[in-house]
Amino acid sequence: MKNLLLILALALTFSSVQAQEKAARKLPAAEIKTLDGKVINTSTLNNNGKPVIISFWATWCKPCITELINIADKYEQWQKETGVKLIAISIDDARNSIKVSPFVKGKGWDYDVYLDQNQDLKRAMNVNNVPHVFLLNGNMEIVWQHNSYAEGSEDHLFELVKKVAAGEQISATE
Amino acid sequence: MRYLFSILLLFAASQFTFGQSEGNTLQIHGDIQFDAQYYRADSLIGAPEVPEKILSNAVGNFIATYGNFTAGVRYESYLGPLQGIDPRYRGSGFPYRFVTYSDGRFTFTIGNFYEQIGSGIILRTYEDRNLGFDNSIDGVRLKMNVIKGVAVKGFVGRQRTFFDLSPALIRGADVEVTVNDLDSGINIPGQLIIGAGAVSKFQRDEDPSLILPENVGAVSGRFNWVFPSLNIYGEYAYKANDPSLTNNFRYNRGESAFLTISYTKKRFGLSVSGKRVDNMDFRADRNAVGNNLNINYLPALTKQHTYALAGTIYPYAIQPLGEMSGQIELTYNLPKGSALGGKYGTSILVNLSGVNNIQRNSLNDDSTTRIGYESPFFGIGKQKYFRDYNIEISRKLSDKVKASVTYLHLFYDIDVIRGLSSQGTVTADIAIADVTWKVSKKHILRFEGQTLQTKQDLGSWAMGLIEYSFGSKFYAAIIDQYNYGNSVADQQIHYITGNFGVNLNTTNIRCSFGRQRAGIVCVGGVCRNVPASNGVQISITSSF
Repeated sequence: MKNLLLILALALTFSSVQAQEKAARKLPAAEIKTLDGKVINTSTLNNNGKPVIISFWATWCKPCITELINIADKYEQWQKETGVKLIAISIDDARNSIKVSPFVKGKGWDYDVYLDQNQDLKRAMNVNNVPHVFLLNGNMEIVWQHNSYAEGSEDHLFELVKKVAAGEQISATE
Repeated sequence: MRYLFSILLLFAASQFTFGQSEGNTLQIHGDIQFDAQYYRADSLIGAPEVPEKILSNAVGNFIATYGNFTAGVRYESYLGPLQGIDPRYRGSGFPYRFVTYSDGRFTFTIGNFYEQIGSGIILRTYEDRNLGFDNSIDGVRLKMNVIKGVAVKGFVGRQRTFFDLSPALIRGADVEVTVNDLDSGINIPGQLIIGAGAVSKFQRDEDPSLILPENVGAVSGRFNWVFPSLNIYGEYAYKANDPSLTNNFRYNRGESAFLTISYTKKRFGLSVSGKRVDNMDFRADRNAVGNNLNINYLPALTKQHTYALAGTIYPYAIQPLGEMSGQIELTYNLPKGSALGGKYGTSILVNLSGVNNIQRNSLNDDSTTRIGYESPFFGIGKQKYFRDYNIEISRKLSDKVKASVTYLHLFYDIDVIRGLSSQGTVTADIAIADVTWKVSKKHILRFEGQTLQTKQDLGSWAMGLIEYSFGSKFYAAIIDQYNYGNSVADQQIHYITGNFGVNLNTTNIRCSFGRQRAGIVCVGGVCRNVPASNGVQISITSSF
């Protein structure tokens, strides 16, 4: 009976969302930490109307690191062409989060890196596994996402970034 | 409680219908994960007969947001639990549902929530599906940014245990102050954040022979002081006497301390950590064992390896009853175009870690005060639990080829780490080579060669992997792990698996078949034994 009610409630919420299909999905609000240990709310993140890439990663995730290394090689050019900003969200917990800052500096990455130690943002964004990349437009609305990484797929991501920077609509299946 | 949720959800839904004009929109998103395995008995590798033949786990998560409200439910189904997942999960239900209101300054949650105080040494609730671990609290939580620079939170509830709740009540509070943000007029160099937390549990004493404390408290204090290239983090926790099954109903206090100093420059990072843990097993049921009802989280100060032979045969698991550990990690990137760095640069990662027991001076008071022992704060015991010295060098060799090599030297005390007896210790050397070859824009090949050399335990291993990817859409791989050094001739087995997967942006389908070696999967501080199996495995994840 209780479950039935719950399901009913869900169904109701679902049916009402149907009409809203086209509504853009905003970046959810959650608390994350800077590498200096300061708590910030994701609602304060922005890139002055330019596109944003949010990349979920961890120090123990090989493909994540490969992806961030490969983008780092091209990041300067990406920024010049489109003004895009990459926000790297480390989901490392207390075991490894303390090592994230030295790791990032050691790699020489110029990304904005934040810690999602207890995975509050990861849960809010329904991320199953890392690497998981979100592309956001200048209004911080999620327009595209992709889970997993293969060598070279950053080129596809950049094609999409260029479209978003030019104000074009992109579909979630691109 | 569940009625309340349904009503709230209904309320949220109706709000939506009437509230559109305010400019808020209701958004629903979620994720699902489905894992199933077909099992075949294989006596050679010790894979048991599974009467159901096919076991599966499924999870579905739905989150709705509307203005300042967020509500979510998670459905879980274990029919039956996959081998290696605690069999007490058998069943289905909604073990997780919540409603949160947040206006930026004030956050209020009813239902299940995940929380962490400091680095988690007195409290951390979290979920890890791959480990079958979830210790969320079902109750009420309030968070508030009181004034600029001061954040407080408090909560009360019971912890999840499978499809039930803990016998103990948990109460907790925490305050965190960013000293630089205060209007105090005090000028301090760098940025200083200090925090303090307290947790207490209540469980009735129903023990016929012992007088057990019904309320057990734990407190912790921490600081994080950051300068442009220097970061110092320290934390200390104290737990009152907490006799439990895991500590053999001893009445000694618990204690943990942790200090990390890291230093960074462009292309260089160094971190040095030390840690003491003494009697810090803390659970929402004094009779709980294994990965169940843990209130706190004690991360191991060792490297979390990802390569198969390095990560799943001899991974360290924290010893909550007592350990002294230390770790040094160094990251360095040799610049592009330098003599050693080569055309594309070279990355070096060195990690050294060690764990010993704590020094214990026995009190022989088991029939009187039951304190057990005394231990000096800096007292490092003589018994080695674990050592791991490793180096990883990675380098791009050309536009098409990337390679990395890794070497590890390990020492591992099987009896202590796995809680067994007379299995002895293992000293092992592991070497790994990993080469990626981008044949063309869409076609990528990857090779891994690994070896673990030891004369103890199961003897030496070799492993080979060939993986082909077509862009990021499809991959296929063959992996062979060969226990060629096993002293029992018929245990010199090839564990061969075929793997393939399809990635469609946010949906992944993965399939593997063949013989899976028994291993230990660890994420963070929790490890799970995955028994040997032979069969077909499928895993689907999706988010929307």
